[in-house]
Amino acid sequence: MNLSWLMPESVSTFGPALDNLYYVILWITGIVFVVTEVVLVYFIIKYRHKEGRKATYIEGSSKAEWIWTSATAVIVMALAIYSKGIWDTIRHPDMFPENAYELNVTAKQYEWNAAYAGSDGQLGTSDDIVSRNQVHVPVDQPVIVNLQSEDVIHSFFLPQLRVKHDAVPGRVWPIWFEATQTGEFPLACAELCGLGHYRMGGTLIVHSKEDFDIWLSEMQIEAEDDE
Amino acid sequence: MSSAISMGDSHSEDHHHLGFIRTYIFSTDHKMIAKQFLVTSLLFLAIGGILAAMIRWQLGFPGQPLPFNLGAILPNTMAPGGIILPEFYNSLVTMHATFMVFFALMPLMAGVFGNLLIPLQIGADDMAFPRLNMLSFWITPVAGAVMLASFFVEGGAAGAGWTSYAPLSTSGEWTGVYMGQILWLVSLIILGFSSITGALNYVTTVIAMRAPGMTWFRIPLATWSLFITAWLLLLAIPILTGGLILLLFDQTIGTAFFRPEGSGEPLMWQHIFWFFGHPEVYILILPAMGFVSEVIANRSRKPVFGYHSMVVALVAIAFLGWIVWGHHMFQSGMNPFLGMSFMATTVVIAVPSAIKTFNWLGTLWKGDIHFDTPLLHAVSFVALFVVGGLSGIFLASAPVDIYLHDTYFIVAHLHYVLVGGSLFGIFAGITFWYPKIFGRMMNETLGKIHWTVSFITYNLAFFPMHNLGVQGMMRRIYDPNQYEFLQSLQSTNTFISKSVFVFAGIQIIFAINFLWSMKKGKKSGDNPWDSNGLEWTCPSPPPHGNFAEVPIVYRGPYEYSHPDREQDFWPQDEAPVDDLDGPEYTDPNESTESNDE
Repeated sequence: MNLSWLMPESVSTFGPALDNLYYVILWITGIVFVVTEVVLVYFIIKYRHKEGRKATYIEGSSKAEWIWTSATAVIVMALAIYSKGIWDTIRHPDMFPENAYELNVTAKQYEWNAAYAGSDGQLGTSDDIVSRNQVHVPVDQPVIVNLQSEDVIHSFFLPQLRVKHDAVPGRVWPIWFEATQTGEFPLACAELCGLGHYRMGGTLIVHSKEDFDIWLSEMQIEAEDDE
Repeated sequence: MSSAISMGDSHSEDHHHLGFIRTYIFSTDHKMIAKQFLVTSLLFLAIGGILAAMIRWQLGFPGQPLPFNLGAILPNTMAPGGIILPEFYNSLVTMHATFMVFFALMPLMAGVFGNLLIPLQIGADDMAFPRLNMLSFWITPVAGAVMLASFFVEGGAAGAGWTSYAPLSTSGEWTGVYMGQILWLVSLIILGFSSITGALNYVTTVIAMRAPGMTWFRIPLATWSLFITAWLLLLAIPILTGGLILLLFDQTIGTAFFRPEGSGEPLMWQHIFWFFGHPEVYILILPAMGFVSEVIANRSRKPVFGYHSMVVALVAIAFLGWIVWGHHMFQSGMNPFLGMSFMATTVVIAVPSAIKTFNWLGTLWKGDIHFDTPLLHAVSFVALFVVGGLSGIFLASAPVDIYLHDTYFIVAHLHYVLVGGSLFGIFAGITFWYPKIFGRMMNETLGKIHWTVSFITYNLAFFPMHNLGVQGMMRRIYDPNQYEFLQSLQSTNTFISKSVFVFAGIQIIFAINFLWSMKKGKKSGDNPWDSNGLEWTCPSPPPHGNFAEVPIVYRGPYEYSHPDREQDFWPQDEAPVDDLDGPEYTDPNESTESNDE
């Protein structure tokens, strides 16, 4: 049985920051959890009914209320502020990297189609290169993915890159990430999208920059040969 | 209104003339309606449980035929040879949540306890609108029948999730489910009227029909929580009903409110659904908080610690519930600034939740705790609500939610709140007020066996789901083994499934206890728990019209172990010995709030 609270290895630039936030919350909630449950168990054992015991008449304590109200408020607001920084890094439009490689990912029941600019260097033209259920990206370079859907809502989930965003029909949502390792990583659909939802998987293939260029040019040649 | 009042006045003369049908079937008596809700919603709870067990069978033993030759009962469109099909799995997931949320938990909270407790705890002879109340109940079996029927139509029951995200839910083209999805919508539209009429009744009754001296801050917390819940129902259900009607139009007459073809907006459905859906979450938990407060105070023989802050926290949670819906949509696509405002409002909910939790601990502190079954369930509620609340903080943090959204972490979180919280709260409520409903005590030994096994297997089943989520396992997937990175989680899934089966199975003990005690339980008397509330001053079960004479309320509901008294409780309607010097004396003719403090 895998009962780990550790997240799987992250392979994106913002992954470690997101994971740290997760571990900070894990520690804080873990301590609150243990303390609260221990106090609860201690109270119900210590104050269990015995012959002759009478409960102490206590209606409350404003001081105690103030302490735990303000302590909770301070902790959660601090977590919110901490979270905001990371959220902005990942989602704020001004924080999107400028030198990014751009591709389109279009979801449909039950596959992912990634499209890359062809020899004209433009996305969305007839010479685009398409790979099905495989998303190829270069390592150590920011990538912007324009997420779209042809039918229903799907969710583009790259667990190890800490990426998840819905692909909504009728809209184009740009998201970005930068992989820090070459290799193959799972791509999954995280939003119920029909009876084949469970098998709408794919692979993210992170190439070294040179390999990515080679792969792209091979695909271009292949595409031209087909014509 | 006038008819309601005159009806109330004539109760005592009326009830001898009512025949079987008016007494047991088309009854306007709030207690009979509560019993009707109790029986039907426990049946729906069982149906929801059976669906859950089938979901867990598939996840625990993917691709294996259902045990006990169940495959022979199910048609080939669901489980040929007993092997659950992916489309049937989606229906199971959808209908499990639908039955549990709309047909089990909601009516158990509002229908059962709203009806039973509100008039009894405020000293009224019935609801403000008894016939509307009867209608509120009789709508539910109709809606339930429509929902159940959807299993038997071509294409099967709805399979777009209980959230029915558009455009998946807008057309059978996407799910293969045509009629089932329409019946799902029709059933919930019908059911909405039950909630609305019920809520209208609860709100009016609490405002208008309190006994003399029952000031706002002498109302027991169970009724307070049901009153707040009624407001949420009254304001949230029409929004859902409106959305469901628009979705029905999209499906049937070709409109495009939520379909992108024809410039509809799929995300609009999510906004409508969650604008209803988040208050809905509190509809499902606030009443349980009320029951637990009552039970813990009574069984600890102590006043509720910080009664006023408990009321304020209930109101705060209900209010905040309206401005946090966007946290369900962090990954749906939204302006990141908007995401941040939803994150800020969401984390603030931790504050009233913490107030409630610490006040429950404060109530136990220095108490004289009696370990009866209701107390065990109530304390479990606190222990498990803590887990559900803390896991919510992970999800409230929008960046962490990027990873955890739509994984089993969510499933763990929501089941800690809705099973660990709501269901254990309901068990606390049923076991505590059972003697008032039926005049007999539930069997304590069976009660403790049921609690012990339930509490242990519940945690064995649901706690490891957090770990599944952290490892990235998505929710609502028919077969996780399709993904290589999830294959190592199979043993955890199998373990969870086995725990769920024991958890589900032990509920039979509860059912046996429930039915057996009705006839054979020990006679309870009027006030078996030495409680202060007005509901314990009338006979068990209370007669039509409840109180022989209108009770007069002299004090708050939690005057337990008062130092001036020999007895460790002090009923709300017990007249002070010395009228002028009574510690909290109120002129019964003056029902203002000024003398509360």
